[in-house]
Amino acid sequence: MSIWVLRGLRDGVVTTRWPGKPDEYADSWRGPATVRQDALNAVDAGIERLCPAGAIEAFDRLRVDQGRCILCGRCVAVRPDLFTWSSGATGPAATAVTRQALVVPEEPETDAAVEAARAALAARTAALRRSVHVRHVDAGSDGSEEWEIQALLGPVYDIHRLGVFFTASPRHADVLLVTGAGTVGMTGPLRTTYEGMPDPRVVIAAGTDAVSGGLLGDRLTGVDGAVPVDVWVPGSPPSPFEILTALLVATGMLAGGREGVPR
Amino acid sequence: MTITSTEPSVAALWKALAARVARGERFAGLSAGRSDDAVTLTACMARPGEVDSLEAELPPGAVSYPALTPVIGAAFWYERVIHDQTGVVPEGHPRLAPLIKPGDPEEHALPRHVAGYGMFTIPHGPVRSGVFESMEYLVETPGEAIPHLNMRIFYKHRGIAARFTGMTVSDGVLLAERAEGIASVAHALAYCHAAEAIAGCEVPREAALVRVVHAELERIANHLDVAMRLADAAGLAVATARFALHKERVLRLVSRLCGSRFGRGLVVPGGVSAFPQRPADFLPMLDKLERQVTADEEQLMGTSSFLDRLRGTGPLAPARALEHGALGPVGKASGYADDARLTRPYDAYGLLGTEPVRQHSGADAMARLQVRIDEVAQAFHLIRQALSDLPERQRPVPRAPCEPADGRAVGWAEAPQGEVLYDVTVSGGRVARCQPRSASFHNLVLMHEVFAGDILTDFPFIEASFGLSVAGAAL
Repeated sequence: MSIWVLRGLRDGVVTTRWPGKPDEYADSWRGPATVRQDALNAVDAGIERLCPAGAIEAFDRLRVDQGRCILCGRCVAVRPDLFTWSSGATGPAATAVTRQALVVPEEPETDAAVEAARAALAARTAALRRSVHVRHVDAGSDGSEEWEIQALLGPVYDIHRLGVFFTASPRHADVLLVTGAGTVGMTGPLRTTYEGMPDPRVVIAAGTDAVSGGLLGDRLTGVDGAVPVDVWVPGSPPSPFEILTALLVATGMLAGGREGVPR
Repeated sequence: MTITSTEPSVAALWKALAARVARGERFAGLSAGRSDDAVTLTACMARPGEVDSLEAELPPGAVSYPALTPVIGAAFWYERVIHDQTGVVPEGHPRLAPLIKPGDPEEHALPRHVAGYGMFTIPHGPVRSGVFESMEYLVETPGEAIPHLNMRIFYKHRGIAARFTGMTVSDGVLLAERAEGIASVAHALAYCHAAEAIAGCEVPREAALVRVVHAELERIANHLDVAMRLADAAGLAVATARFALHKERVLRLVSRLCGSRFGRGLVVPGGVSAFPQRPADFLPMLDKLERQVTADEEQLMGTSSFLDRLRGTGPLAPARALEHGALGPVGKASGYADDARLTRPYDAYGLLGTEPVRQHSGADAMARLQVRIDEVAQAFHLIRQALSDLPERQRPVPRAPCEPADGRAVGWAEAPQGEVLYDVTVSGGRVARCQPRSASFHNLVLMHEVFAGDILTDFPFIEASFGLSVAGAAL
């Protein structure tokens, strides 16, 4: 048995130092698609049809709804002049505190809404900060999101170092971390879990499926109908860093959300 | 070539299936499709080299048909799904409770199967402790033993099969990747094999090799995940952390190669979407990873407190594995090995000379872990072989034109959980019908039968040793 102790020491410290120090893997991460800076005003007829998930909008100007983006990369491959990947998994752009803020480039009027949402969230979570307990609920995911959340408990991300713990009971939970497109069968159990949590409580929708239903969006539209979502995380699935960012934003450890600056 | 035959009646179809099973073929799935007023039943039969689909149409307006389950027991869950989806009743089915359709929410205490003094039911799920996919186990127990177990998977039913209808063939692969997220590559492969068979297109050799690299990396990640969960169940903190570390390293290797940690967006009909961006130190990294994984596996298989929990736990009798056609590591551990990579080779597996893994006869959780350990070693070998045949850089991207117009085919691939099947019909360049069948669905029903003599504390070991995904089972 003691040999396991030695084995555990074998690779030294493998844990990321983020958010204290930058992390190379997080910074090189390929996020959802976005519109190129030099293509903001390009509007091609029928460009919306390029996206199988319906994430491209082109009413007056070109926009990508990253809450619908499934990261298939088709837009970037077919029209590299218009679209590109967003980069990095940990910056303020990795999560949003309003659904509308996931549509890039953002409308000017969403700035005020984002500011208000962030202030409301901060007021609610002022008491959490140093010790946060998370309850995860799968509301119809494809299974990969659970892997990425599980990874947070592993040695590489090790969220215990940040005072974040997973809990079995919703009674002990501050944060509800929801994955999946919001299936009919899970609506009741999800709602019951939410209602079992004490105030203040924060809900994170993790992944494009949870945000909008993703490819299943014609019938399943995410989890916001069942529980009020506070923090939105795009990605199919979101990387562990993106989920970690959302947890820190949700609990006021990072003043993130779009346009925010790490505190 | 796939044989697609239409039988005049359901009775004739069952007769044909029974005759094929008697010849040693494997029952691989049953599904129903409804068009206008007619319900068509389609069965898949796996034989060396091919998967055939046989179908029969019910008489117009028919509301029932004689059940297949009394003839072929493996159809048990398939017919429950058919009942949920179409409302048609399989007459003579032993237990026609809803499986993927939400039942009555108030009906928590299902009629118990086992009666006796002190018997009670533990409802476990759908929101479970820890990070798990949602499903509910109803454990009937007198306190320690588990004489009966019920599973409810409908919570996660997303209607994947219905969503395929009307998608373009190239969009369909994106949905296939999300049918069972932890086996994205295998599902994409099975779907694409069907599309390629319809279009009659030949995948370029380089693309076939790239596909093998990603399919095998996915297998390693899944098997490491099972090892991690087993170690966690036994309370081995360091072993859990070690296997979590290795798994994370595999996912990072995959993301280095293609940008996604799950190999998504890579497999497309006709080939692959991009040539892997192999970093210069990829092979040394792979070698180092294999050394570390192997060393930790050896250590794990030498930790007696761990092995004591696995030995004899969750036994699946070889006769049952054969009768049911148990897939993947679950079948292999019980002496029934029908590995699609060997018996129906696809992509570059035929070229690379894939060998069957060692026979294990234990039929318990330990044998299942041993099969996975052998498969991990084999996967590393296959990846290295495939990479040695691939150039460092490749232009243009290896992809054959693949635009199927009309037709039908069954595609398959060996996921880490076992064989994945896609029965795809294309009409006018769009998917008219697509019926995915994961190994998770086919194998999960066997969990009913493996608790002989095992107690509540064995539960996490048995569940982890099956290594299945609820998303893939409920679809």
